[in-house]
Parts: sequence; C-alpha cells; structure tokens
Amino acid sequence: MEDVVDLSLSTRPEGGRTVVEVAGEIDVYTAPKLREQLADLVDAGRNDIVVDMRGVEFLDSTGLGVLVGGLKRIRQNDGSMRLVCTQERILKIFRITGLTKVFPIHESVATAVAAGD
Amino acid sequence: MATVELSFVPRPAHVRTARQVAVALARRAGLGDDVLDEIRLAVGEACGLALSLQRQNRPDDPVVLVFDDSAGLTVDVRTSAPLDPASGDHALSVLAAAVPRPAVTAEELPVGAALAVLAAFAPRLEVTTSRAGMRLEMGWPEVAVANR
Repeated sequence: MEDVVDLSLSTRPEGGRTVVEVAGEIDVYTAPKLREQLADLVDAGRNDIVVDMRGVEFLDSTGLGVLVGGLKRIRQNDGSMRLVCTQERILKIFRITGLTKVFPIHESVATAVAAGD
Repeated sequence: MATVELSFVPRPAHVRTARQVAVALARRAGLGDDVLDEIRLAVGEACGLALSLQRQNRPDDPVVLVFDDSAGLTVDVRTSAPLDPASGDHALSVLAAAVPRPAVTAEELPVGAALAVLAAFAPRLEVTTSRAGMRLEMGWPEVAVANR
C-alpha cells in the first residue's frame, strides 16, 4: 500500500509567478514528492515560486529540508521562493528551526505574489 | 510498565503510523490538543532519526517504540545499529555524526533541525547511545488534576 501518498500538489501561474498549492502531510515519506515537484519547476525555468502551505496539516524537518533545498536551487537561478502559511502549528516549526529568517512567509497568496524581491 | 509496543521495518511510510499510534495513546491518556501536536511532531522526528540510523546499518531490523500511558505519556524509541556509547549532550553529538547526510530524503537541513524540534516539543528528552543502538526517551506529564 506504499503508493498511497497523503500529500496533494497542484501548480498554477499567477501574476508572473508559479503558485504551488500543497495540502496534507509533508513528512519523511511524502517529502520526496514535493522535492520532485520543485525540481521540475526549476528545470522548466519557473524560478519565481510561491508555495501555498495553508492546506498543510503536518510538516517535519524532512519537509523543511526539501523547502530549503528548493530555495537554494532557485537562488542559484536568481529566482525567489515565498511561502504562504497561516497555521500557528506550522509557523512554530519554522521559528524553532530559525527558518523564519530564511523564507519570506506571507498570510495570503495575493501578498506573496505582489511582493517585490 | 509498557502498555503498547510497536515495531516497524525501517521504511518512511511507517513513520506516519507511529505518529498516529502516539496521538491515539496521548488522547487516551487525557492529554490536551496542544500537547497532541507536540507529540505528533516529536515522535515523527524521533522516528525519522531512528529510520536513518537503522537503514544505514541494520536495514532488516525494526525500529521499536515502547509507549507507556499510565501517567501522561512516555515514548521510548529504540534502534539496534551500534553507536559509540554516550549519554546526554554527548549522545546528541554521536547521533548527529551517525545519521547519514543527506538523511533519507532531506538534502539541506542538518540533523540539528530534527534535534531542535525534538528538544522544543518533548518536555522530557533523554538520549543514550551504545553498541546496542540508540534509546531515545520522551515524556509528557499528566494533565493537572484541575483540568480533568
């Protein structure tokens, strides 16, 4: 039953950027799926990415690692990666690991898309 | 007295099951919703570490979790891949050095992030390492009587 992945991903263009909508659980099992998605976007030249995490119910350090890895690749291409996150339980994990200093975190997709770099 | 034991072959898919068992037991022990989140995270991180250690050296041996919900909840995560004997902060250094990088799937975050999450969310955390493996004990105290 290992093909049942409790993570859903969808992408759409918005305001010149690519919004990746993530929902479900990002953990040691599902994180590779997110990594693949981010890598595919970068390979396709989509280097300005907004990750909409409002539907994320669980995030562990493996998921954080994938986001940091994605950010690193995007920065190599002079791109940007912004996060949209409003759940206190998820924001807490970014604070504890010091990643609020690394990622711009927004309350809505609209402000993330409109933000200058 | 251990009330529930869970052992799983070191595959990432099973970490979610371990989290769910931990949360079910915590709920049964009467712990509050805010604590359930902490337990879900800490147990997930502990199992992630255990998985990395076990896959590297003892991929056929299970990761074992021993739960005790008789007073609050304690969760004891054990692996069998041999490590340098240590306890306390030294054991954390042993773990940080032993967990392969990149750990299972993460590429950029050091094992320190997993340990930071563990330390933040488990009010009691004791790590010991030995030739018999890792033992990571986490504990959440019983809810105050007034809240029951």
